[in-house]
Amino acid sequence: MKRIIFLIYICVFVFNWGKAWSLIEVDITRGNLNPLPLAVSPLSVDQNSKDKFKDLLRLEDIGAEISKVVENNLRQSGLFNPLDPKAFLQKPDIAHVKPRFEDWALIKAQALITGEVKIVDEKLRVEFRLWDVLAGKEIMALAFTTVSENWRRVGHIITDKVYQRLTGEKGYFDTRIIYVAEEGLKTSRIKKLAIMDQDGFNTKYLTLGNELVLTPRFNPTNQMVTYLSYFKNLPRVYLLDIETGIQEVVGDFPGMTFAPRFSPDGKKIIMSFAKDGNSDIYTMDLESREVEKITNHPSIDTSPSYSPDGKYICFNSDRSGYQQIYVMRSDGSKVKRISFGNGLYGTPVWSPRGDLIAFTKLHKGKFYIGVMRTDGTGERLLTENYYQEAPSWSPNGRVLIFYRETKSDSSGKGFSAKLWSIDLTGYNERMVKTETDASDPSWSSLLTD
Amino acid sequence: MSLNKIFRNTLLVFFASILLSACAVKTTGKMQGDVYTGKDTVEYLASGVPDRVFFATNETVLTTASRETLRKQASWLRKNSKINVVLEGHADERGTREYNLALGERRANAAKDYLMTYGISGNRISVISYGKERPVDSGSNPLAWSKNRRSVTVKAN
Repeated sequence: MKRIIFLIYICVFVFNWGKAWSLIEVDITRGNLNPLPLAVSPLSVDQNSKDKFKDLLRLEDIGAEISKVVENNLRQSGLFNPLDPKAFLQKPDIAHVKPRFEDWALIKAQALITGEVKIVDEKLRVEFRLWDVLAGKEIMALAFTTVSENWRRVGHIITDKVYQRLTGEKGYFDTRIIYVAEEGLKTSRIKKLAIMDQDGFNTKYLTLGNELVLTPRFNPTNQMVTYLSYFKNLPRVYLLDIETGIQEVVGDFPGMTFAPRFSPDGKKIIMSFAKDGNSDIYTMDLESREVEKITNHPSIDTSPSYSPDGKYICFNSDRSGYQQIYVMRSDGSKVKRISFGNGLYGTPVWSPRGDLIAFTKLHKGKFYIGVMRTDGTGERLLTENYYQEAPSWSPNGRVLIFYRETKSDSSGKGFSAKLWSIDLTGYNERMVKTETDASDPSWSSLLTD
Repeated sequence: MSLNKIFRNTLLVFFASILLSACAVKTTGKMQGDVYTGKDTVEYLASGVPDRVFFATNETVLTTASRETLRKQASWLRKNSKINVVLEGHADERGTREYNLALGERRANAAKDYLMTYGISGNRISVISYGKERPVDSGSNPLAWSKNRRSVTVKAN
């Protein structure tokens, strides 16, 4: 592990070398107990644009609103400590042109984000700068244009750029989460597919709740979702086009198909098919519709997940007698068990970086979210709770989102299901805001890259 | 070994046996091992024909009581040859969702296989797994979980 951290450190260092020298650098490879203090100055807006945005979006001050999105993102990351705007001494428009670094240093800001939003040809144009307060210089400047309705995404994109500049790694803020929204009694739970921005805003429901739906997952371009639906009481893997709303059953299987995921190239769906008490792993090519049987074993084989290069698959099997994690080649050969610790292991998911597998572990009545290397060594448990499972990686492989359930009494009271996130370091555990109870989260890739 | 230690050990054994017997009394009421043996949630296909069988944690093996229930179902199904059934397999909430779907399917099939060995045609039986999605008891305790680890035989027509 030490070695990996060292390598990443070197990469970050080299990466920054080419750019202007700056004093600020955020190490994201360790738990960060001293988040970097920085100031997000409200983006300045001229009066004319302000009025137009007010008509269009019903926002009093779009500049301040976008800055709040950035501020919240940075705070949630656990790596940054955005300072209270009430303490800012300089006006946004002046700060954006020429910050008085002494004023920002006085409130202990080490970095400063300034910017300007305006309406140009009915579109939103934003320009922002990142300043190194201690070195007294600009370290990044960017401008882009988008439709006004996307104003929250503007905040997410700014955060991604700042995060990347300061940590040396890509961000994960301009992303969405697809999940299952839950309501009602535990014995007759109503479940709907829901999609929202990574920060909990812009929730949309994709199904009505007439049938049970489970385990939605994005394709690599985030336009399609594969999930399990009990439509007409036949549990089958479905494919949903988010834009058009068109749904279709995946394949023609004479029994339950479940636990679907896309291959990294988006061309196949991998899933389990259960027949006569035995679940095996299959793939279906979405273009040729060709079905291939990948595992062939009388035990339960499920929860398959591809390595990012598509060459390997990790999955869950009880062929040893209990639920354990296995890795095989993508053609089903060279099956190897990798989990050997105490307890049961489930829901393996390969990290987008390729070096780790996240999992759920059950041991002595407690549930853990953990990670291990792809050969099973270096197991690290990140969080322990009464019930939690189903981790999903942020696109940069730094954060895991999962769901957690609470205990209930015999009438079902006390039960809740919520989304949580935690850094790979084991720090920065947070509940993710959702409108309803929620489970089975899946993180999209970056929407703009 | 000192007398003191012998005394302490005796005391320990004594308390342990009290504890164990207390447990034993507690479980014989509704559970044997961790298999549910009560009737709280059981419904009936016909008089004297219970609709469901229960399983131990992570198990799909049919207990003696389950086999007896299924034999009753089989003889009732032989007499009512126009009725088809769906076997609904379930798991408790203490397992990962996807694995539990597979486990529920395996449990329902264990019941199906047994009905078939007693002469019921596989064509009359379909199987569905709900995993942990449809518990009958909302509680988060061992007794509730034991009621939820089940395969339920439901008339399909």
